[in-house]
Amino acid sequence: MDRRYPTRLGATQSSPPTVSPLCWLVLSDYLSPHIHNRVTKQTNPGYNTYVAKHERELFIYPVNQMEESLLSPYRALDLTDEKGSLCGRILGDFGVDVVKVEPPGGDPSRKIGPFYHDIPHPEKSLHWFAYNANKRGITLDIESADGRELFKRLVKSADFIIESFSPGYMDKIGLGYAALSEVNPQIILTSITPFGQTGPWRDYRGSDIALWALSSYMYVEGDADRAPVQFGSPQSYLHAGLEAAVGTLTAFHYRRLSGEGQWIDVSAQQALIVANLQNQQYWDLTRFSPVRAGPCVHRSGVKWAYQRRVWQCQDGFVCFILMAGATGAPGNEALTEWMDIDGLAPECMKHMDWTAYDIRADEITVEDYEEIVKALTTFFSRHTKAELYQEAIRRRIPLYPCSTVENLRNDPHLEERSYWAQVEHPELGETLIYPRPCMLLSETPCNIWRRAPLIGEHNQEIYGEELGLSTAEMVLLKQGGVI
Amino acid sequence: MTRALEDVKVADFTWVVAGPLCVRILADFGAQVIHVETGTRLDPIRYTPPYKDNIPGTNRSGYFHNYNSNKYGITLNLKHPKAAEIARRLIQWADIVAENFNPGVMQRVGLSYEEVREIKPDIIMISLGSKGQTGPQAHLPAFGAHLAALSGFTATTGWADRDPPVIFGAYTDSIAGRFGAATLLAALDYRRRTGKGQYIDLSQSEAGIEFLAPPLLDYDANRRILERHGNRHPSTAPHGAYRCRGEDRWCAVAVFTDEEWKSMCKVMGNPSWAEEDRFATFLGRKQNEEELDHLIEQWTMNHSAEEVMTLLQEAGVSAGVVETAEDLHSDPQLKHRHHFWVLEHQEIGHSTYDSTGSHLSKTPAELHKAAHTLGEDNYYAYTQILGLSDEEFVDLLEQGVFD
Repeated sequence: MDRRYPTRLGATQSSPPTVSPLCWLVLSDYLSPHIHNRVTKQTNPGYNTYVAKHERELFIYPVNQMEESLLSPYRALDLTDEKGSLCGRILGDFGVDVVKVEPPGGDPSRKIGPFYHDIPHPEKSLHWFAYNANKRGITLDIESADGRELFKRLVKSADFIIESFSPGYMDKIGLGYAALSEVNPQIILTSITPFGQTGPWRDYRGSDIALWALSSYMYVEGDADRAPVQFGSPQSYLHAGLEAAVGTLTAFHYRRLSGEGQWIDVSAQQALIVANLQNQQYWDLTRFSPVRAGPCVHRSGVKWAYQRRVWQCQDGFVCFILMAGATGAPGNEALTEWMDIDGLAPECMKHMDWTAYDIRADEITVEDYEEIVKALTTFFSRHTKAELYQEAIRRRIPLYPCSTVENLRNDPHLEERSYWAQVEHPELGETLIYPRPCMLLSETPCNIWRRAPLIGEHNQEIYGEELGLSTAEMVLLKQGGVI
Repeated sequence: MTRALEDVKVADFTWVVAGPLCVRILADFGAQVIHVETGTRLDPIRYTPPYKDNIPGTNRSGYFHNYNSNKYGITLNLKHPKAAEIARRLIQWADIVAENFNPGVMQRVGLSYEEVREIKPDIIMISLGSKGQTGPQAHLPAFGAHLAALSGFTATTGWADRDPPVIFGAYTDSIAGRFGAATLLAALDYRRRTGKGQYIDLSQSEAGIEFLAPPLLDYDANRRILERHGNRHPSTAPHGAYRCRGEDRWCAVAVFTDEEWKSMCKVMGNPSWAEEDRFATFLGRKQNEEELDHLIEQWTMNHSAEEVMTLLQEAGVSAGVVETAEDLHSDPQLKHRHHFWVLEHQEIGHSTYDSTGSHLSKTPAELHKAAHTLGEDNYYAYTQILGLSDEEFVDLLEQGVFD
């Protein structure tokens, strides 16, 4: 089978690709039943299928994109702001042709910092860059009658629509699931909101900190004598976007079985709760709500209730958890040996039979535990993060640095795994370094193929070349504020 | 009910959190999952709390339960010489093989991707290693808090003048597990189109770092290192968690516009301090935010966290109770959304499981089977799914293959 097949370089290509019968069978499932029935009557089913496919989905291929990645035959229309942009980004990483549809003037999430060279400008938001790479971009006022019609034309050839407007908004402007599925019964609509489409809080305002609070994750982070804290960089809507990608692709699988699209309703609050499935179980099973204890973990029903897990070292902090049992013993023994070189291993550590305890080491006496903590505090404070981590790897001790973004960028492990993708930004005259997609695939490419789109960057490609609007029509639509 | 993934079969060799969560998501949407464990080396989260009624036991950890609903649980001692043939049957049955042991473990039991592919050429296999399958740090074992530290979450969270906090639970696992599920679903479509399987090397730490992409770009473009900054927002005020009436009760509040600020002042009864010049503008509020926070707290402390949230949200201001584990169970929105499912477990009886964050209109997630006790489904899975005869089953059981 030709690895490059199915290609979408356009129906104008002079010679059709050779298609094996097997390949034709596979390709034919892409088509709606209507087209399928029509083409199977032709004498050259492979070629006709190919043409039918491209009549439906004719567009210019993204420049750098490999032709066959996980999901390259499909298209998504991405109407989201920061609440959902990661969902489209993940589909884009998998090769979906994701078209970001922004209101004229640009998506509001372009105002989110940090900014390139600290210049607040809609084309310089680093947040926007990060989660809108691998997308093309058009502008469209979907509230106007012309805009709605253009949008529906795009829906005909799309597989996914992702949106993050307030509940009810899409219905109000005539683009709710019912209306969209009439245009294309196979369409999968994914709606991402702070609290979901239903329920007493559906119209409440979301924000990263409020969602963090309502997920119960915030209550367990921070110091007991101060307010609970959220994470240092916004996270809630990334969980929502990730959850949405899973839901969208689940519905997509079902579309293969049933031929039907459906509507996916994502709640950011629930998505964030999935990040911490241990918490509610504490209450359910033991009637205890975990509490925050800074660098320690508070453990109920244990002799030494506060277990330190984050430790100061010479240039920052490291994470080490005193575990026992078969899991903890080898690391503890290796650490004792290393501490002993500096004469810092206390007698109790040297003679401890760690395997006599369970993983949490609960039964170690308070005196022993306090002595161990004292020794570890001294030992760690004499070394840098890098020294501790390097030696921990060598000696197989589960001890990890509390990395800063600078540490991450200089991490040799990430370097060796080619974690940093160079993404060109010709307008800035610069190449920026991004984290690449986290999945390494044996058969298909998965990378950052293109930087995030400029405002309306692909209007000509989509409206002109694909939908066939004339220059005059595009000028009119632009003057009318539609695009 | 129709299940979205009812034709998908998973041989689940995962443990701890990232792998089990990845597969659980598929199981919630109808995939058939056989979860392979061994009694000779228990999954560490089987002996990690919370335990039902605080009594430890192999089958009593809620932590294990919440990541293993809807699965058939079997035991198979892969080190037993006769286990290979059973593993072979399992892989022939499966579309997907999932694992998250330390790199090298699957090789040692003869289940590397190359070997698995020999058994089933179009298999899709995912390894959710803590730091991926290659690289100098790949083999160092890690748990949740370790990886949250390594991936940059610990050093960037908390107060500038204090030690950073432990990141609770298994944060990067939860990110990696869901990236894994999404990748598997995409790989299934690729296999359907091309007939080709796939090997997926997904590093938990790398998945987590993707959630810090903006600060990483900030470092690259502006050489800024994200530091701990409590609950301060870089471009707005007031923003934080405010103490409310009661014992350790808090409400998070975020005000982004002048209009929202006016609404909040109205809710607070338009206190005279709010009229002062220094709080009238956005810039003033940001520059005097410490004092602003103090003044706001004088108001919030007279109300319950729930009152503060409701009053502000009804006025169009983003606010949320800092919920405890207990609060989740009485959260009216979660109740309406049917977030929690109560399932009957063989040993501990009824307990609560979380649903997913996505509601699918035609094929919603459905939790129908509590997590398995160790080896609970051995007889059913080995005889009814993998086709062993009763005699074969008893024979292998007696030889210790299912230990």
